[in-house]
Amino acid sequence: MKWVSPFVLNRLGLLNMNRRNVDYILRYNDRAAYPLVDNKLKTKLAAAEREVATPRLLQVVSQQHEISHFRELVDQLEGFAIKPSKGSGGKGIMVIIRRQGDDFIKGSGATVTLATLERHLSNILAGLYSLGGAPDVAIVEELVKTTLALERFSFRGVPDIRIVVFQGYPVMAMLRLATRASDGKANLHQGAVGVGLDIATGRCVNAVQFNRSIVLHPDTGLSLDDIEIAGWTQMLEMASRCYEATGLGYMGVDLVVDADQGPLLLELNARPGLSIQMANGCGLLPRLQKIEKLKRPHFTAEKRVDYAMAEFGR
Amino acid sequence: MTTRSRIPFYFGVAALVTAGIALAVLRHVEMGVPWFSDEQRPLWMVEARIDFVARGEPVLVSLSIPENPPGFRILSEQAASPGYGFSIIEDAGSRRAEWTVREAEGPQNLYFTAQLVQDPSRPRQKDETDPEPEDVFWEEPLATAVQEVLQRAEAKSSTPESMTRELIRLLQSDDPDQNISLLLANGDKIQVLTRMLNHSGIPARITDGLKLEDARRRQSLRPFLQIHNGDQWLIFNPESGQQGLPEDVVLWRENSSSLIDLNGGTNSQVSFSMLRQTVPSMQLAQAESSASGFGMLSLYQLPIEEQSMFRMLMLLPLGALVVAFMRIVIGVKTSGTFMPVLIAVAFLQTSLVPGLIAFVSVVAIGLLLRGYLSSLNLLLVSRISALIMLVIFLTTGISIVGYQMGFSAGMTVTFFPMVILAWTIERMSILWEEEGPREVLTQGTGSLVVAVCAFLAMSAPLAGHLTFNFPELHLVVFAVVLLLGQYTGYKLSELRRFEPMKAYDK
Repeated sequence: MKWVSPFVLNRLGLLNMNRRNVDYILRYNDRAAYPLVDNKLKTKLAAAEREVATPRLLQVVSQQHEISHFRELVDQLEGFAIKPSKGSGGKGIMVIIRRQGDDFIKGSGATVTLATLERHLSNILAGLYSLGGAPDVAIVEELVKTTLALERFSFRGVPDIRIVVFQGYPVMAMLRLATRASDGKANLHQGAVGVGLDIATGRCVNAVQFNRSIVLHPDTGLSLDDIEIAGWTQMLEMASRCYEATGLGYMGVDLVVDADQGPLLLELNARPGLSIQMANGCGLLPRLQKIEKLKRPHFTAEKRVDYAMAEFGR
Repeated sequence: MTTRSRIPFYFGVAALVTAGIALAVLRHVEMGVPWFSDEQRPLWMVEARIDFVARGEPVLVSLSIPENPPGFRILSEQAASPGYGFSIIEDAGSRRAEWTVREAEGPQNLYFTAQLVQDPSRPRQKDETDPEPEDVFWEEPLATAVQEVLQRAEAKSSTPESMTRELIRLLQSDDPDQNISLLLANGDKIQVLTRMLNHSGIPARITDGLKLEDARRRQSLRPFLQIHNGDQWLIFNPESGQQGLPEDVVLWRENSSSLIDLNGGTNSQVSFSMLRQTVPSMQLAQAESSASGFGMLSLYQLPIEEQSMFRMLMLLPLGALVVAFMRIVIGVKTSGTFMPVLIAVAFLQTSLVPGLIAFVSVVAIGLLLRGYLSSLNLLLVSRISALIMLVIFLTTGISIVGYQMGFSAGMTVTFFPMVILAWTIERMSILWEEEGPREVLTQGTGSLVVAVCAFLAMSAPLAGHLTFNFPELHLVVFAVVLLLGQYTGYKLSELRRFEPMKAYDK
């Protein structure tokens, strides 16, 4: 077993879970704002007010009998995503990329029937994927079409960008790429690749899989160093505006880049993970403390992004 | 947002810890509740046996019994005397046990048993009024002899105490002179002493003490001399002149009333037998608790049935503390936050190894059956309900099969909380589908490790003893949990998780 000394971690300014919970989440995140984040329907509404685009909503299924409406809707659709509104950590999300006769092809390539989809919907309604098992509603969204520039790096799945926003300032960012090991999912602990992104430029600074540094994508073999996100400033400003939309001082903003619509907000997270630090190879703490020490915070998203790009770039 | 000062918080935590410990110490001192459950204290069983011959008429027997004997505490008193009415009568500073019967004939024996605990700290009761010396009349030539002896003793003494010692020494001397020989020839030594002291103006009386020796039978009381020095009664050994009562002597009769009165019988005799027992001091503290005011705040006052429930309940905070520690400081992953505590409580009933086997087998079989349930496409609520029933069938099956095979331990499986088991199975099963068997194994082992730790903490005899008998110690546990809630350091597991960060340390 390999261990790391806590002094090394302190030197790197690593934010650990207890400290994140006590000093940042409990202190800066108002409990009353959580429903905005934990409920994707509410997130969509709040985001729309601040001109933050989200994937187009196709249908909301809130009752068992409404599943029959879904059957009517699904006939006209090629690809779509079913999500539990109160799901967390990507649980219960089913992405259908195309149809094959009467069957549906999932993002992972597996084939499912309409009956499976309906059972999935009814599971969502019963609260299987929601926090605490509370009854939930299912939302059906338009499928996001990844830009070619990013799609080639990912093994199936949609690459998404996680930006940690502290008091409206984007402090750290990473790109998550699905791999064969992660079964097309963008969860780092399942083996997805995490690419740390430079806040100043949107370029790759470091990449990890299973927390170990890598240079090439394990499935596509492409050099991860070449990654550069187009429209980076615009994305940071979008993420920063989510602070005004929710009032959460410490959150994670998950964005995707759609080929037609540009950056879209996928979801917000009131308890962003710690693995973003490993993808970037540096700790969050110095950056968070720098913002905490600011005497005069900036009031517009543009100014906050300017400040962050100047301060936190490599 | 502003940061609130943490000083009031730490102050509060310190106050909780001090209050908890102070109350516990107070309870220990005031009520004698011991810190350790296996502490033993000696207890004397003293039995007085009265023999007499009844004459076929109404009988009244009255025995003087101790009241607040110095250095001892009476725990219980009871009488065994078939056919006799019994009561304890207290009047004018004396306690007497009275037996009565309408008619009795022939040899009779009555028993009176008292349980005494040695308690050196027990203060002597003060008399309300100062006693007066009794008037004594001596005939000649005794009067002259007394005069002479008293003058000799007075010449060598200054206080009632020294006077008494001097007199005892004079009467005790190996080579008594004429006067003393005359006096001793006219009565019992201790009686002569008492009368002489009273004559000289010092109130004096004879008391009876019982020397406690383990497993002695047919013992009788020994007389002791008591004098009043104007402030309190003092005890002297009439033989040695030694002041004070030996530690192993209990004063049975203190005032001048008679040891035994008998109406309707003859030939009365009192003899004593005694036995030294050791009892857990816990038992003593419980027996005495009702008396003191502090005892009102203890759990002993509840009915026994509720007490045993509280015994269990009072252990739960300890389990919660273990879970908080394991999750916050060690970083063990568990399935469901407090599921391990409930499992640990079940282990308390089943004992560890059978409990572990039962738990693992129920969950494993449940997971297999849940696999079939998930292929039935049931709604969540009915699936959980079905799972609860399956768990009940499983535990019933295990109990019956276990019993038939001669393992009564199988029966204890019913102590597991069924609904918790069902939810555990459901959660594990979803975890299996979503994250794979590896995660199920991690969380399952984590939960079991935490449950076993909680079980070990809760099953320690000391833990059960302290939590139940010193409920105020929970304030300390409470304060520790509050402190843990403020812990912002690394978890042990994080030192492993973040190990790859070493690569970035320049």
